[in-house]
Amino acid sequence: MYETTYHRAGSVGEASDLVSKAEDGKILGGGQTLLPTMKQRLASPSDLVDVTKIAEMNGICEGDGSLSIGAATTHAEVAASDLVKSKLPSLAGLAGGIGDPAVRHMGTIGGSIANNDPAADYPAALVALGATVVTSKRSLSAEDFFVGMFDTALDEDEIVVSVTFPLIEKGAYAKYPNPASRYAMAGVYVAKHQDGSVRVAVTGAGHYGVFRVDGMEAALAGNWSPDAVASIKVDAGSMLHDIHGSAAYRANLVTVMAKRAVSAAG
Amino acid sequence: MTKVSLVLNGKSVTCDVEDRTLLVSLIRDVRGLTGTHVGCDTSQCGACVVHVDGKAVKACTMLAAQAAGSDVVTLEGIGSADALHPVQAAFREHHGLQCGFCTPGMIMSAVDMINRHGAGNLDEATIRDELEGNICRCTGYHNIVKAIKAASDQMAGMAEAAE
Repeated sequence: MYETTYHRAGSVGEASDLVSKAEDGKILGGGQTLLPTMKQRLASPSDLVDVTKIAEMNGICEGDGSLSIGAATTHAEVAASDLVKSKLPSLAGLAGGIGDPAVRHMGTIGGSIANNDPAADYPAALVALGATVVTSKRSLSAEDFFVGMFDTALDEDEIVVSVTFPLIEKGAYAKYPNPASRYAMAGVYVAKHQDGSVRVAVTGAGHYGVFRVDGMEAALAGNWSPDAVASIKVDAGSMLHDIHGSAAYRANLVTVMAKRAVSAAG
Repeated sequence: MTKVSLVLNGKSVTCDVEDRTLLVSLIRDVRGLTGTHVGCDTSQCGACVVHVDGKAVKACTMLAAQAAGSDVVTLEGIGSADALHPVQAAFREHHGLQCGFCTPGMIMSAVDMINRHGAGNLDEATIRDELEGNICRCTGYHNIVKAIKAASDQMAGMAEAAE
């Protein structure tokens, strides 16, 4: 790892200030992606601004028909939260399936979405649930937030403060993890919203990160059953292909995971 | 350089380290506690698992500075050769190791999972699922799983006896 300077911010304002004054500052959440990247010398920020001790970025609270999760809340906290388990069980399940227990004790929701790894789990949840990302500057819909592979709408000095999820009628997330890395080869989050609309979001498979599947959404709105999506295929041309799986394989996995998710949602 | 103060195995320590120093380097190289191992150094294998504020974390994927102000416990902090922790004793009893390289991380992860689930509440499937982030290349895991189950059940008995 190249040299860096570590700062611990006490407030969102202080963190913004520190990162904007730095030559090449980076926000540090749990560091479960950023630190390995720095160890491989693929990133060499001059300054790291640790935001995990900022009070307003921690914790989970219930709003009017929604749950708000502080950006520094860890995956383990989301997975173990009684509030999330009772109000949005599919989200608690997703958080409990990220990485391994030690990674979940460190990794944060804000860090995960700001990194926008194309195989990360949380982006699928945010898009399927129609979440709102609250930053140090503004509020953004999940779809406006995720721009492309490892890319978001965040400015250099902009910090994710919290994520607000509307409560849904029902939903579930199913992923096929890579046997070695446990990152999703394809992960599908299906959500039936309280107005009857359906959202289906896919992670791990697409070239440009998380995406929605209109055909599955329309089919599920009319008939909420695994059979409704069984014959709907995504275009293999826009799928990732690598040593772990071809584009056609991933395209097929999307349909299989969608069926499993609908079945799990009941 | 930065001053990092933390509680390490119950003792307050202050170390002058570079900001980029990993927690595992502070533990092993600065403090000389070599019970915590570095296996893969890429957060896959879990040989470096320690507890920070009571939670299992991979010490190769955390800066020492991130742990400033925290309570850090390593393998050396849970038991001694004369008074093994029940999990350590169970690994010996059930032959939960061969070469022993992964054992420190396995034991620290085992203690963490027993703490979270509650002693006596672990079944084989849960233990295997919880060991997702700990890799062993010798044992095939069977005796590790047996040892953790036995320790969990024994600790439940101890808790009951204490009441």
